[in-house]
Amino acid sequence: MDAMVRELSYAQAIQEAMAIAMDMDERVFLMGEDIGVYGGAFQVTGDLVERYGTERVIDTPISELGGAGVAVGAAVTGMRPIFEFQFSDFATLAMEQIVNQAAKMRFMLGGEVSVPVVMRFPAGSGTGAAAQHSQSLEAWLGHVPGLKVIQPATPHDAKGMLLAAVADPDPVMIFEHKLLYKMKGPVPEGYYTVPIGKADIRREGRDLTIVATSIMVHKALEAAAALEAEGIDIEVVDLRTIRPMDKQTVIDSVKKTSRLMCVYEAVKTLGIGAEVSAMIAESEAFDYLDAPIVRLGGAETPIPYNPELEKATVPQVPDIIAAARELVKGVR
Amino acid sequence: MAGASKAVADSRANLPFVYRQYSAEQLKQVLHKMYLIRRFEEGAEECYTRGLIHGTMHLSIGQEASAMGICMPLAEDDQITSTHRGHGHCIAKGAEVKRMFAEFFGKTTGYCKGRGGSMHIADVAKGNLGANGIVAGGIPIAVGAGLSSKMMKTGKVVVSFFGDGANNEGAFHEALNMAAIWKLPVIFVCENNGYGMSTSTARSTAVKNIADRAAAYSMPGVIVNGNIFSEVAEASHQAVARARAGEGPTLIESKTYRHRGHSKSDRNRYRTKEEIEDWMSNRDPITLFESELREFGFIDDKGIEAIRDAVAQEIADGIEFAKASPSPDIRTVQDYVYTEQA
Repeated sequence: MDAMVRELSYAQAIQEAMAIAMDMDERVFLMGEDIGVYGGAFQVTGDLVERYGTERVIDTPISELGGAGVAVGAAVTGMRPIFEFQFSDFATLAMEQIVNQAAKMRFMLGGEVSVPVVMRFPAGSGTGAAAQHSQSLEAWLGHVPGLKVIQPATPHDAKGMLLAAVADPDPVMIFEHKLLYKMKGPVPEGYYTVPIGKADIRREGRDLTIVATSIMVHKALEAAAALEAEGIDIEVVDLRTIRPMDKQTVIDSVKKTSRLMCVYEAVKTLGIGAEVSAMIAESEAFDYLDAPIVRLGGAETPIPYNPELEKATVPQVPDIIAAARELVKGVR
Repeated sequence: MAGASKAVADSRANLPFVYRQYSAEQLKQVLHKMYLIRRFEEGAEECYTRGLIHGTMHLSIGQEASAMGICMPLAEDDQITSTHRGHGHCIAKGAEVKRMFAEFFGKTTGYCKGRGGSMHIADVAKGNLGANGIVAGGIPIAVGAGLSSKMMKTGKVVVSFFGDGANNEGAFHEALNMAAIWKLPVIFVCENNGYGMSTSTARSTAVKNIADRAAAYSMPGVIVNGNIFSEVAEASHQAVARARAGEGPTLIESKTYRHRGHSKSDRNRYRTKEEIEDWMSNRDPITLFESELREFGFIDDKGIEAIRDAVAQEIADGIEFAKASPSPDIRTVQDYVYTEQA
């Protein structure tokens, strides 16, 4: 019998996944800033400290570099830490441990250790938090062999991919868009995993493939629904994992639709869209393209405070609609 | 690890710590390992000069008593994190020199299968979680290992070796603070050899002694003469006892000196020949330990000669083993990036 499916928010789904992981494996524990009685800056850990105690839900000092290193050291020596960064921007303080240590330790030691650490990064703009609390830095980490980098877009995937991350022997970086935390969706009860490295076709279509990540998946779906009335049939591929990337799903989709658009919130240049575009250009799907590839990414600017400016820095539904219409019909 | 019987112990009552604590056999083993570290590094240096080893290396010649003294009270399953100047730590924790040479030669029989080299030398089976190319990079990792020990109740103690340069990295301060607030079984060992590359501690560090930093994290800060094996071992012994008792971390500053330059590119322009000569002639840790062993009657010239010969053979065999070992297949270039899953 299928597990009971309920509506949970994205944040609740993550919290449930962490609770299940801790119930199943005593090596799993949580670390982060203000994740205990405060419940986490975005209330993702919520009341877990009451259920699992301060031994397994550990408030760290405001020490991102040291804290990340402690998580790496614990992972290498037998524990399964889940480390929460309060904002993904603060990864910049911990880059040394993430990039030089977590990602490379297994390799440098010739396979003698694994680093089963999970790091969670609340990311993205839209909360009025301005330039240092709104960035999308997933491509930075996606550039590092040794790391796995995922961006679940739905409550269902947030739970299943977190449980897959905890079971994974290698370091998994999870970028969670802050605006998704309150989004609700169907989530099965109990344990299940959603595989890392597998994209998902959220909507099938014939005319255009939109490869989107995280919150942009929802915006792309909204745009696709709007364009249906105009007879434009869009396929939306939720990339879900940016390293290792599920190339085949994207290639197959582009071969079917002959058009590709990449939609992502991070700064457009040198980002995920560049990688997906180049990957398609190098693949057999290149011969199937009927139009140039289009990238919709973030503006070449830090995220501004003013709400109208803030919105203008990242792709919005009307931008996607306009770009898709032009790509398919040649007119705006 | 009490090696000396009661009667023997009584007769040594006025001798320094290690001569009361350990058996003659154990002490001779220490001398053996100090020579092994020294000759290993001399051998590695020679192989580098002859073009058999590429890259670079950071030699700890002159710091052998520090590595050996700290590791003396550790059990095999206790763990360490090490530094770019980590060959001595690796040997002191129990590594075989032949597999270290093989790693330096980039061979598959090396501890890291040729992927790490000198700067990432490790021996996980013996508790060495690895040397580190990033100054202070291993310190938070050691605290994480200490957290594992506490959470899993394994009783393991973790030593984090680092140099004086690391004491000005943020990771050092963050890690010491966390180890202190959580009372973790970690021993922070600063091997202060006076220079972070070319910059002296006097020019780089606001406090006179790095051990003074311990006060900021409410842990004992102990200064030892890092070239006197007994002093180092005694401090380590006390820190290990404190860690095992659940009383938390200790910071040990082991004041020592590296005879060689920072790495192979060093022209020694920041220190005088006289200074180097003084440390080599008057404060060499092996000479000092050997003299004490002789003076207290633990060994004679013949015994010392036997150790030197045995070490020379071990080094020669190790280099031969490395030369004869296979290089990695080029097709394995991407191995070990991720854990192979069935």
